[in-house]
Amino acid sequence: MSEPFSGASASSSRTSSRMVADSEDISRALRRLAHQVVENVKDVSHLVIMGIPTRGVPIAERLAKNIGDIEKISIPVGSLDVTLFRDDLQMRPTKALEQTRLPAEGIDGKTVILVDDVLFSGRTIRAALDAINEYGRPAVVQLAVLVDRGHRELPIRADYVGKNLPTSLSEKVSVQISEIDSVDQVVIQSTIEQL
Amino acid sequence: MKHLISVQELSREDTVGILDTAIELNRVTDGGTKILPTLRGRTVVNLFYEDSTRTRISFERAAKRLSADVVTFSANGSSVSKGESLKDTALTLNAMGADMIVLRHPSPGAAHRLAHAGWLESSVLNAGDGKHEHPTQALGDAFTLRAHLRPGANDFAGLTIGIVGDVLHSRVARSNIFLLGILGAKVIVIGPPTLLPVGIENWPCEVSYSLDAHLPELDAIMMLRVQQERMNGTFFPSELEYSRTFGLNRKRAKELPEHAIVMHPGPMNRGVEITAEVADSGRSVITEQVVNGLIVRMASMYLLIGGDASVA
Amino acid sequence: MSLNSYLIVGARPYGEDEQDIRIINGCIAEIGVGLDPENLEVVQAKGRVCLPSFVDLHAHLREPGREDAETISSGSRAATLGGFSAVFAMANTAPVADTAGVVEQVWRIGRQTGLVDVFPVGAVSIGLHGQALAELGAMAASAAGVTVFSDDGYCVFDPLLMRRALEYVKTFDGVIAQHAQDPRLTQGAQMNEGELSGILGLTGWPAVAEEAIIARDVLLALHVDSRLHICHVSTAGSVAIIRWAKEMGVRVTAEVTPHHLLLTEDLVSGFDPVYKVNPPLRSRADTIALREALLDGTIDIVATDHAPHPHEAKDCEWDNAAFGMLGLETALGVVVSAMRDVPNWNWRTLSDRMSSAPARIGRATNHGRPLAVGESAHIVLIDPDQGSLVVAEQLASLSGNTPYAGMTLPVSVTDVFFNGVHQVKGGVLNA
Repeated sequence: MSEPFSGASASSSRTSSRMVADSEDISRALRRLAHQVVENVKDVSHLVIMGIPTRGVPIAERLAKNIGDIEKISIPVGSLDVTLFRDDLQMRPTKALEQTRLPAEGIDGKTVILVDDVLFSGRTIRAALDAINEYGRPAVVQLAVLVDRGHRELPIRADYVGKNLPTSLSEKVSVQISEIDSVDQVVIQSTIEQL
Repeated sequence: MKHLISVQELSREDTVGILDTAIELNRVTDGGTKILPTLRGRTVVNLFYEDSTRTRISFERAAKRLSADVVTFSANGSSVSKGESLKDTALTLNAMGADMIVLRHPSPGAAHRLAHAGWLESSVLNAGDGKHEHPTQALGDAFTLRAHLRPGANDFAGLTIGIVGDVLHSRVARSNIFLLGILGAKVIVIGPPTLLPVGIENWPCEVSYSLDAHLPELDAIMMLRVQQERMNGTFFPSELEYSRTFGLNRKRAKELPEHAIVMHPGPMNRGVEITAEVADSGRSVITEQVVNGLIVRMASMYLLIGGDASVA
Repeated sequence: MSLNSYLIVGARPYGEDEQDIRIINGCIAEIGVGLDPENLEVVQAKGRVCLPSFVDLHAHLREPGREDAETISSGSRAATLGGFSAVFAMANTAPVADTAGVVEQVWRIGRQTGLVDVFPVGAVSIGLHGQALAELGAMAASAAGVTVFSDDGYCVFDPLLMRRALEYVKTFDGVIAQHAQDPRLTQGAQMNEGELSGILGLTGWPAVAEEAIIARDVLLALHVDSRLHICHVSTAGSVAIIRWAKEMGVRVTAEVTPHHLLLTEDLVSGFDPVYKVNPPLRSRADTIALREALLDGTIDIVATDHAPHPHEAKDCEWDNAAFGMLGLETALGVVVSAMRDVPNWNWRTLSDRMSSAPARIGRATNHGRPLAVGESAHIVLIDPDQGSLVVAEQLASLSGNTPYAGMTLPVSVTDVFFNGVHQVKGGVLNA
């Protein structure tokens, strides 16, 4: 499946990659985010972390564990597939649905923190807000992302950002998480036009 | 996947993919009761050349649950009944910008023609073409079987499923036999030889003329509807003789294993192929089949027109 | 310089050694090596196979009634481009060719067109209804001189009517050409009955529906000692019955179409009605049996069953489409394609099956004659090495329902002489 926002075709271009965060950087960022959440959310007993598949889910689990370690409680984690709520479905190839799993406690009256790997146009988060709305009525919804690469198309911002990463539109940000990719790293791929 | 015409075009991966999509849709819509914005702005046309209120309503609901615009042309009261050809109707619908055409037609292969004759660009979903196929019915039945007998599994290996009755005239039976074969189940087709197609011995199923001989080995039994027009004495002597030989009654149902489920694609002839007692019993999943049909239709619609098929 | 006189140089009669052929006033005047052209126009034919022009005992020219699909004129053009000099035009026109008036009209329009001899086939029964005999004697005695009678499209199902027809045509040495199809066993039938019809859900057309009628009719023909011809034989079982009947001394002849020699039922699986034909395309085993039967003479002839249909009759769903496919312009190439790998098949056998035998059955005495001095110059030249691509839009037929579109057939007709008129040159008709 191709990255829908990437640039020119492979025949006339080549790509180069550079790593901008390694495993240690990611762990440090997630520890920092956990502290920020604990500081910001006064009562973590009503906290629910919802990861957006695919890589938002393991990130959500790590974040929840970090928070739980600090507060010595278990934080409920769920997953929220937003595919069915996207407004740009018709611009991409059909995608298999990922799992949506609400925690047993539900989300009504809770403080829900949505977690995604990369914040880009904001359309995923808009869809996530619609999806959340379909499944319940949280008291508060916040957003945590590992990377914010800019280029927002909607008035959406993250409450917790692991790393701000200024990028060009022709670049592709790839967050790799060991649960899925067997390595923790953030890579920027640039496509170089061959003249 | 642009069209869904025949289960025979599906691989096992395709099939499991549709069933998995249906599971997610079932979960996020609470059994098809919630409305999703997924197909907002897309137009689904139900083009029905045969009267089938049940199927038409199921497809309409599936499209509406996904927020598509739904237009229904049925054989009564439109150009379809005024002798306009399928091609001309197709050209009209194409001009209207239909993203998907759900076609029910009495002629086998009509959906295939609509999809491949070069008349239009829309996706085509076969909602029953003569005696050929009815893929979403079979997918719904596979969804039901999976939920009851193989939750979460990616095949039906080890399952034995009986399909009983008029296979000759049944698109539901064709789609089910081939789809269950794709999923690796053992299928036993049971009926009088007059209602079995020539060459069925080469299909992925066993053939038997005796229902009683197979009841104890069936994990599920699908009873096919006996059409009124077949009861004229040329396919079998009488309704009574048919139900004595091939009808599912309480006595026969007792011979089934405890876990076995009873299925019927509907509408039923109570007292002919199935008694009311069995149809309404605890092991009957007939009403679930209706709901699951809706869910797999939603899944099929999402997979066919949810994304841009031209982007690879 | 005389009219319709040529010297064909270097052609290979029946695919054998090169000869020159002198045509004077529409007749073959001399055959030999190194003939002096004198003042004749020379037709260079080096390497070309030279055969007597073909005779088609079974074509639908659609006129009168369906001139949107074909006319006698357009059908004649298609026929000559296919290498034919004579075409028997089937009776299922509108009005039906069941009276002297209709057959004479068809015959006259054929004469006026003048590209091939058009021999009308008379209907066996009034209106093809299978109830009462048409005026067979009047059609035989008409200017058209009808010798072949057929209800083609419908089977003469009533055994008593069939018996009477066979008896009646003995008075003028006629022949009944039977469309062998039991109508009860083929109610609503759409394709060959077998595993594929079951899978596709298309109503099956069992082989027995053809074979049962052939079995009955050869027994009737034996009983009344009359001439029976079986149209478009399509099954191995039919071949076996006809073989048996010939051994028993029944005066039965049989035809096979080019498409039943080459095409098989698996083409139906795409539901494209261009492959919908009556009788239906059959199995691979059937085509092999038909090829063997054509070689050994059990099946006497190839007949095209050329069946033009307007575009809309095929541009629809299968059930609603018309039966039939074009045949005249592609017959030779399809026969060569189907038969070239059959051992012992040669140009002489092809010539017998496509020219002399059909002329003999139809009593077309001026056609299907050997390439010999004194005979009318109905001659076709064939390039055996030059394939021809079939393009539906480029056919002379008014219709385009050919199943061979896009195929390259292995040989091509380059020149056709009709009564010595050099009317097809280099594969092009002199209009």
